[in-house]
Amino acid sequence: MADLHLPVTLPTVFADLPRRLDVEAATVAEAIDRLDERWPGIRDRLCEPGPALRRHVNVYVDRERAELDTALRDDSRVDVISAISGG
Amino acid sequence: MATQVVLLVGTRKGCFILESDEERRDWDVRGPYCDGWPVYNAAYDAQTATIFAAAASEWHGSGIWRSSDLGETWQLSSEGLGYGDDGELRMSKVTGLMAAHGRVVVGAEAAGLFESRDGGATWSLMSTLEGQPGRDDWNKPENQPPGHLGMAGLLPDPDDADRFWAIVQGFGIFETTDNGGSWTPRNRGLRADWPLENPEIGYCVHKLVMSPGDHDRLYQQNHCGMHRSDDGGRSWTEITEGLPCDFGFAAAAHPHDRDSFYVIPLDPGHNRCMPDGHASVWRTSDAGSSWRRLDAGLPQRNAYLGVLREGIAIDALDSPGLYFGTSTGQVFASADEGESWTEIASYLPGIASVEVAVIG
Repeated sequence: MADLHLPVTLPTVFADLPRRLDVEAATVAEAIDRLDERWPGIRDRLCEPGPALRRHVNVYVDRERAELDTALRDDSRVDVISAISGG
Repeated sequence: MATQVVLLVGTRKGCFILESDEERRDWDVRGPYCDGWPVYNAAYDAQTATIFAAAASEWHGSGIWRSSDLGETWQLSSEGLGYGDDGELRMSKVTGLMAAHGRVVVGAEAAGLFESRDGGATWSLMSTLEGQPGRDDWNKPENQPPGHLGMAGLLPDPDDADRFWAIVQGFGIFETTDNGGSWTPRNRGLRADWPLENPEIGYCVHKLVMSPGDHDRLYQQNHCGMHRSDDGGRSWTEITEGLPCDFGFAAAAHPHDRDSFYVIPLDPGHNRCMPDGHASVWRTSDAGSSWRRLDAGLPQRNAYLGVLREGIAIDALDSPGLYFGTSTGQVFASADEGESWTEIASYLPGIASVEVAVIG
């Protein structure tokens, strides 16, 4: 199970969404699918048409920059980061 | 139930709600709502007693927030709000918002309209103005200026659910009479200070409003002057003379007097603030033949205030109240048709929209 960490900007939008949870998934895209099954609409918050990760949403798998098709291991740590932008 | 006057203020950091009674003297401020997302337009649908807020987060994309308890709780939806994985258009934000006749319509960048018939829970693409003159140009990525070219303004016909007007930024007004199935440009008589290949389009309409007492009487604030239509937008006459400049964004029509119309002129260059730092709203009471400055109670020195297209609202009480919000976060209110003003909020985030609802 991948160890998934979410940015502070998401639990305020989706009821009962934790900042950290375990997800059974083979890729980043599958992990997002698992989230969307439990919290409908969250895929739209992370992905744009393509599909691709949103421009200001960065995902790291085991500290390496990742894309939707990046593979996950059972013990992967996945960090979803709201990129530094705005003001 | 006592009458409640509610202002919905869309800002760079969420939606705020200002509340007062019929006297409109004392105001309470609540917020920010919508999780602090930038809100470009917030509107109240009296038919369903629901607030809708068109928002776009730099991180998490566009969505419509809604609240059916005057802001106590909110839901967000973007289901169906997009052009799809294979579409030629990409959505950068939602801006225009129209709640009328039992449905909600939002305008988006790139230019398109989406409709919800289930109270904002789900959305479907209504139109991208296929076949209209200019459509290829406004969708070219290289033609997108910093402000983008979207569907910024929507105006419903109170008598006809299938008829409304939509503004495509930089191109002009389009009218539909079959709920978005077909469109007609409605820009005849407008001024453009640049060459036009096709005189039907190429006009920069900032704000379009209708006189509640005469639905053929429309007014607009254009990049190039103020204009009036007496035939439901089929033709336009410029009415700028008497104003300090021809540029501005916001406009409001008097609820009881078809000949009264309010605008907030702004310097047309980079400044885009109230001229000479003298805060003013201008009113015509004779359909644009003459204009009068309204500034009692407004700051008259060093007040370089900007007001955006949705930044002014007017209520329909016997003595109508006017409200405007600034790009620097002040809200000013008048309970006497603009004759005198007070500042009712001073330190909000930059304001994109102000809407008023009278409830009860």
